[in-house]
Amino acid sequence: MAPRLVVIGNGMAGARTVEEILSRGGDFDITMFGDEPYGNYNRIMLSNVLAGVEDESGIFLNDLSWYADNGITLHAGRRISRIDRFAKQVYAEDGTATPYDKLIIATGSRAFVPPIPGIHRPGRGYHQGVFAFRTLDDTRSMIRYAREHERAVVIGGGLLGLEAARGLQNHVSQVTLLHAMGHLMNTQLDAQAGAILQRSVEKLGIEVVCDAMTTEILGKHAVTGVKLSDGRVIDCDVVVVAAGIRANTEVAAASGLVVERGIVVDDQMRAQDEPDIYVVGECAQHRGETYGLVAPLWDQAKVLADHLTGRDPQAAYHGSRIATKLKVAGVDVASMGLKESDREDDETLVFSEPRKGIYKSVIIRDGRLVGATLVGDVKKVAFLMQAFDRGLALPEDRVELMFDLGGPPAEVSAAELADDAQVCNCNGVTKGTIAETVHGGCKTVSGVMDRTRAGKGCGTCKSLVAQIVEWAAGGAVEEDPKASWYVPGVPMPKPELMAAIRKYDLRSVSSVFAKLVPGGEEDAKSKMGLASLLKMMWGDRYIDERDARFINDRVHANIQRDGTFSVVPQMKGGVTTPAQLRRIAEVAEKHAVPMVKLTGGQRIDLLGIPKETLPKIWADLDMPSGYAYGKSFRTVKTCVGSDFCRFGVGDSTALGIALEERYQGIEGPGKMKLAVTGCPRNCAEAYVKDLGVVAIDGGRWELYVGGAAGAHVRKGDLLATVESPEEVITLTGRFLQYYRESANWLERTYAWVPRLGIEHIRAVVVDDAEGIAADLDAAMAASVAAYRDPWKERAEPATPGQFRTSLPLVVLPQVPVR
Amino acid sequence: MRILGPVTDIPLGEGRTYEVDGEMVAVFRLRDGSVRALSAVCPHRGGPLADGQIDNKVLVCPLHLMAFDITTGCSLSGISDLTVYPVTVDADGHLVISSLTASEVPS
Repeated sequence: MAPRLVVIGNGMAGARTVEEILSRGGDFDITMFGDEPYGNYNRIMLSNVLAGVEDESGIFLNDLSWYADNGITLHAGRRISRIDRFAKQVYAEDGTATPYDKLIIATGSRAFVPPIPGIHRPGRGYHQGVFAFRTLDDTRSMIRYAREHERAVVIGGGLLGLEAARGLQNHVSQVTLLHAMGHLMNTQLDAQAGAILQRSVEKLGIEVVCDAMTTEILGKHAVTGVKLSDGRVIDCDVVVVAAGIRANTEVAAASGLVVERGIVVDDQMRAQDEPDIYVVGECAQHRGETYGLVAPLWDQAKVLADHLTGRDPQAAYHGSRIATKLKVAGVDVASMGLKESDREDDETLVFSEPRKGIYKSVIIRDGRLVGATLVGDVKKVAFLMQAFDRGLALPEDRVELMFDLGGPPAEVSAAELADDAQVCNCNGVTKGTIAETVHGGCKTVSGVMDRTRAGKGCGTCKSLVAQIVEWAAGGAVEEDPKASWYVPGVPMPKPELMAAIRKYDLRSVSSVFAKLVPGGEEDAKSKMGLASLLKMMWGDRYIDERDARFINDRVHANIQRDGTFSVVPQMKGGVTTPAQLRRIAEVAEKHAVPMVKLTGGQRIDLLGIPKETLPKIWADLDMPSGYAYGKSFRTVKTCVGSDFCRFGVGDSTALGIALEERYQGIEGPGKMKLAVTGCPRNCAEAYVKDLGVVAIDGGRWELYVGGAAGAHVRKGDLLATVESPEEVITLTGRFLQYYRESANWLERTYAWVPRLGIEHIRAVVVDDAEGIAADLDAAMAASVAAYRDPWKERAEPATPGQFRTSLPLVVLPQVPVR
Repeated sequence: MRILGPVTDIPLGEGRTYEVDGEMVAVFRLRDGSVRALSAVCPHRGGPLADGQIDNKVLVCPLHLMAFDITTGCSLSGISDLTVYPVTVDADGHLVISSLTASEVPS
C-alpha cells in the first residue's frame, strides 16, 4: 500500500506541493484538509475580484474535479485541531482521526487584526461593517456590504491595504487609507519611494493618511467612523483591516512542535526533531525567516517534493532572495533586497521624478547589486532581478542599471547568463540548448546556429550566440572559415570570389560551383547570393539559371505563410493618382484579394494571391513591379516636400521619384530602403534608411547612410552635404554600387557602414580617394540600363509551370477575406 | 505505377508538386539529372516545399529555411522527416511514381 500523505491546508502552498509531488510521479495515498469550503484558489487575485476585474471562477487554481482526478481525498471546510505526533494521526474538530505516514502542514497565515477598541463586538466577531481581507469569504462579504455604503477606511498601507483601497473604489465613492507608519509600503520602500507612491495613489482618488494610529472604531450598531490618536475622526461606514498577516501556528504549537514566528523547519522543510512532519508556505520559519510572498513558496514546494518523492532526498532549501514586481493599486512597483543602504562604502544611485511618479534607487555593494527599488517605471526590472538573483557583474556605467541609454543594449556576459535564459527570442532557444549543442561536438558558431536555429530569426542575438558558443567551447571554438566567405558553399571571401569570377569568365551560378568549389559540389543555400552577385557583375551578360533564384525572384512576389504571395505595384515616392487607385481597387475586387494593406514604404500591398493568379493580376494592374520581395532596391519614401508643406525647404517628392525611377529593382546583397524628406523634421524617416536624403535650408541636401529601423535601430551617418538633386542622384548610385560590390551577402548597410567606417566610405564615394568613382558610376549605369520590369514576364512563363501551385490540394488563400 | 508527365515539365534544379492518390508529392529534378519525390508540405509550418531551393543533397523550405536531405527526407534542422516516394524517369522521358506507400530509404 502506498504511504499515506496527509496535508493540513488546502491553500496555495499545500496544493502546489501536492502538484509538485504528483508531477514527480510520487506514489502516495493523499488526504488534504482545508479550512475553507472550496478547492484551491489564487489568493493574490482576491484584489482583482474586489476590483471587479476578475470574477470568482477565474481565480480557482484547482477545482474539486482536480482532486478527484488525482485520487486525492479532500476534506474542504474541515479544520484540524490537533496532531498526535506519536500515534501519527491528525484529529479534526469533529473528532475524526486520520492516520498518516508523512504529514505536511501548510496552514498559511491569517489577517492580523490589531486590538483596536470597538473592532470586535462581544460574542459576534467583527463589528458590523468591519472586515479583514484575506479569504474569498472576506472578499464576498466586503463587496456585499460596501455596495450599500459610501465611505470606506482601510487600515494598513502595505501591499494588501493599497490593493484593498483600490478595489474598494469600485464599490464606494470615497476611500481613505490609514497607515500607522511614516510612508506607504514601508517594508519594501524607503521614505522617498513611499512618498512618490503616495502621490500616485492620491491621484487615483484615494486619500492617504500616514502616521495614523487608529485608536477606536466608532459606532453603536454599525461603524460610523474611526478615531485617530491625534483626536481626528474620519467618518466612514466600512472599515477594512489590512494590517499584515500572522502565521497560523496554533495547531502546531498545541501539538508540541517548535514554533517561533512560524513553525521552525530545517533545509528539507522538516519540522524540528520530527522525521515525518513537514511545513511549507507562510506558516514555515526557515533560518529565522518567514515569507509572505508566493515565489519562496514555489521554491519550498519543489524542495519538499524532491525530498519526499525520493527524486532528490538531499534537496535543500536555502532561503529565497526576495524580489518582487507588483502592480500596486495600478502603480508599478518593484523591489528587491535592501531598501536602504546600511554601510558607508555602499554605492547608492537614486533617481526621482515626482511629477511623473517615477522613483528608482539602486544599492551596490562590492560590485554586486544588493538592493533596488523602482516605482512608476519598471522597465529595467528584468535585468535588475537577474543581476540581484545571480550576482551578475554590473555595467561600468552604473546609470545603465536605471535607464536604457541609446545604442546597443548592455551585453550580458555569456558565462553569467542562466541556463534557461532565452537567447534567441524568435526561435525560443535557451543558453542551455546552445551549450549542449557545443558539448555535443558542434564547435562553430554557424554550425550551432544551423542546428539550434538560434540567431536565425531577426538576427539581433547573433553576437550573444557567438559569445555563448565561445564560452561553452571553453576557448576551443573552431574558427568557422565560412564566416569570411561571401556564401557558405564557395570557399572565398567576396573580393577573391569576384576576381575569380572575372578571371574564369563565370557567368552562371552552376559554373561558379563547378569551377570554384573543390569537387564541384553545389550548395542550395549559396545559390541566391551567387545569383545576385553575378547579376550585379555581368548585367545583361549574366546567364540566368532559374533554379538559382529564391521563389520570390522566380515569381516576382513575396511568399507568405500559407504559400500565397503578396503583390506590391510600384508607386514611386509614394505618390499615386485616382486612376491608379481605381485600377488597384478594381483588381482587388475582381480577384477577391483577401487583404489590401498600406505598407511602411508608402505603397499598397495586395496580400493572399495564389501563385497561379499572379500573371493575371499583373496584366490587370498593368503597373511595374514595386520589388517588395527581393534583396534589392525597394522604395523611396518621401514627404510632401516644398510643393505643399509649409515647412518644406526642398522638393523631396520630385527627388524621391527621380531616385526610384533610376534605381528601381537594382539587386544587391541586402534590401535597400531609401527616403527623401523635405526638411529636418524628417517626416519620411530619412535618418533611419539605408540611404536617406534630407533637404536643409539653402537648397542643400544631406545624405545619411547606414540607418535602420527594423529589428536593429540605427541612425544613419552623414555621408555628405550637396548642393543639387543631381549630385544626390549621382552619390546615391555610387554609394549603392560600392555597397553592392563590397558588402557580404545579406549584410545590410547598417552593418556594412560601421564595418567599413563612414570615413572610409566617404573617402571612396565622395572624395574618390581610391580612384574608383568613375568605375562605380559606370557599373551602376550598366545595371540601370539592364533593368527590365519583371512583371512584363507574364504572357509566356519563363519556365514550365512557373506559376503552378505548389500546394494543389490546399485551398488558397488560407487567410480570411476582409 | 503512375505516369506524372514528361520530366521536362520540371526545370532543372527546381521542383513541382503533383497530386497522387489524394496526396501532394513534390518532385525535384536535380542538376545531376536524377529525380526525387518527397512529401510536398514542410512539417514545420506547412511551407510549399516545391517552391524551395535544392542542390544535389539538400532541399530548403522557402518559408523558414528548414533543410532536409533530399534523398532520405531526413530533417537537417531538428524537425520531423519527410516521406520519400520512389520515382524514376522511364525510357520515354516520363516521370513514373510507383506507389504511395513510403519506400525504404535508399542506402
